[in-house]
Amino acid sequence: MKSRGISTGLAAAVTLLMSSTSSFAVTEISWWHAMTGANNEVVETLSKEFNESQSDYKVVPVFKGTYPETLNAGIAAFRAKQAPDIIQVFDVGTGVMMAAEGAVKPVAEVLSEGGATFDKSQYLPGIVAYYSKPDGTMLSFPYNSSSPILYYNKDIFQKAGLDVDNPPKTWPEVWEAAKKIKTSGAAPCGYTSTWLTWIHLENFAAWNNLPYGTNENGLAGLDVNLEINAPLYVKHFQEIADLAKEGVFRYGGRTSEAKQIFLAGECGILTESSGGLGDIVKSGMNYGIGQLPYEPEAEGAPQNTIPGGASLWVFGGKSDEKYKGIAAFFNFLSSPEIQARLHQVSGYLPVTLKAYEETKASGFYEKNPGRETPITQMMGKAPTENSRGVRLVNLPQVRDIENEEFEKMLAGQQTAQQALDSAVSRGNAAIKQAIGQ
Amino acid sequence: MTKVGGQKDHPVPRAIFPNKVLPYLLLAPQLAITAIFFYWPASQALYQSMLREDPFGLSTQFVGLANFRHVLADPNYLHSFQVTIIFAVATAVFAMVPALYLAVMADKVVRGRGIYRTLLIWPYAVAPAIAGMLWLFLFNPSIGTIAVMLRSLGISWDPLLNGPQAMILVVAAAAWKQISYNFLFFVAGLQAIPKSLVEAASIDGAGETKRFWTIIFPLLAPTSFFLLVINTVYAFFDTFGIIHAVTGGGPGKATETLVYKVYNDGFVNLILGESAAQSVILMVIVIALTAVQFRYVERRVHYG
Repeated sequence: MKSRGISTGLAAAVTLLMSSTSSFAVTEISWWHAMTGANNEVVETLSKEFNESQSDYKVVPVFKGTYPETLNAGIAAFRAKQAPDIIQVFDVGTGVMMAAEGAVKPVAEVLSEGGATFDKSQYLPGIVAYYSKPDGTMLSFPYNSSSPILYYNKDIFQKAGLDVDNPPKTWPEVWEAAKKIKTSGAAPCGYTSTWLTWIHLENFAAWNNLPYGTNENGLAGLDVNLEINAPLYVKHFQEIADLAKEGVFRYGGRTSEAKQIFLAGECGILTESSGGLGDIVKSGMNYGIGQLPYEPEAEGAPQNTIPGGASLWVFGGKSDEKYKGIAAFFNFLSSPEIQARLHQVSGYLPVTLKAYEETKASGFYEKNPGRETPITQMMGKAPTENSRGVRLVNLPQVRDIENEEFEKMLAGQQTAQQALDSAVSRGNAAIKQAIGQ
Repeated sequence: MTKVGGQKDHPVPRAIFPNKVLPYLLLAPQLAITAIFFYWPASQALYQSMLREDPFGLSTQFVGLANFRHVLADPNYLHSFQVTIIFAVATAVFAMVPALYLAVMADKVVRGRGIYRTLLIWPYAVAPAIAGMLWLFLFNPSIGTIAVMLRSLGISWDPLLNGPQAMILVVAAAAWKQISYNFLFFVAGLQAIPKSLVEAASIDGAGETKRFWTIIFPLLAPTSFFLLVINTVYAFFDTFGIIHAVTGGGPGKATETLVYKVYNDGFVNLILGESAAQSVILMVIVIALTAVQFRYVERRVHYG
């Protein structure tokens, strides 16, 4: 039995070898990504479906670890002249990739050279703007985009005597609700949030139409002076610091750790990425979704939110054959059926307008209230100078600095004014150094 | 075999290889490994520490020692140095004292000695990142078993925001993992102490405590010195996994050790030149520690 198994295995290997040598016309396209769990399955399925849909190209997805690890692997591979064809880079890595002119090939070019018609108007404007050069050239393909929203635990709301069908819309309303949750004993803590930097600084700026930094938040030029110590930011963070002291706000960590606190039923309200929906659905919690709260004192708020998530970048210096394949693959990815499915399964945003309209027409949003929120938030208004996004060559580093200052503030070692002043001066110095000044 | 070791009249003859090439061939694999995995990366780090370049290596500029000047003038680097010293001293103390205590106790056990020893050596087999996760779970403010107990005792346990508490947590995790290693060496050291000395002391009427401090402890000095150096090196360089898993260097920069800063500046912030300069500084520290070990520990302390 055993030897027969081996010999059949050997035969299979030989045929495989022969078939792969005989069919050398197939162009392989490597795709490095950072998707785990259910999202990893989506990557595998998509590649498989694409490979089966035609016979000229074969997309080979490779999992490379977390977002930063994948970016680093890509950079190291590029330096060793072994770069993959496609790499998935998270939102904060966008500035890093954009600064690497010559290393990457703009997706707009790949698509048009590959013979695929590229019509920018088909894509959601907020997302495309974020991944484009100041002159409008789309640089990377938006694969998974998300937007921060508010989640609340309906059972806790009921116990605290809050309106279950109307989640708080502004920050003062959130604070009120959170205090009530705590004082009524409905839950040990009222409010928590993942990603303070992404939600409470970058999106806070866009949503309330406040500048995050000079030079259109870095979209118009590399040299940026941070402006996150303006009065409204200070007010907002002082309120959070005060709530933290009373135990109404609880800090979970720098990335998405706070989701666990919410899932454990310890806090009644959470602000988190729409991409985090999967885990909340899976937990079986009686949850509700609301739009990201805004600051009523800000003029023109709410404006629009900015996308998070990741996009696909194409490395330069590859063969034309490969670029054609990549163009075909991106074309496949942006087809309405694929996009609509991705959106409905994962909670990530659809990238094309058609996919959005199809999902809408299918009655998905009526059956799943709140699922349209991240899209309407981002599309509601035409973006302003303040709300197209934040782009810094060293955004990961600046976020680290901001997080460190927040942690000292939440520990009661400094006020919000001190924390934000210090984040601005340290952040500015880091930006200057990164752009070589 | 018996011919070499067993004869009394002749001094032990030196082993001589008749073949001139074979010794080099036998050494070659180890030399190759040393060259490829130690010397080559070290020289690369030295070279990179004098460059300033963008992450993709598209533009490179030779800046001499500017990276070192910048790193050494950075208050964050000096802070990280301080954190590392506190961390290393605390880890070494908390890894060695319990290990010594356990070794002395295990040495007294007559029955089931092997079982005790095996159980005590076990944690050493746990990978640093996993050890970190274990401690993280136990002390996680919202789901940790021990965190709940601490809170019911009235201690406001929040290592996510409280720097000293975060430090206690990483020290505990790092030390716990190293206790086994130290235990092993202390047990060996205890076995090397001639029983006659201890017996003579007890005949002279020395109590257990006195025997320990006047006989056993001084005779363990070489082992302790050796372990002190090893534990310091461990705390300096081998605890990245634990810190990465438990605190990520936070809150603030409360647990950002030198090694963690190398990683953070190089791989998260992508400032490659300065990160390389920091690793070169670390390399100098290791060389210094090794030199200290050879000079003072290996030569001056007498074994057995």
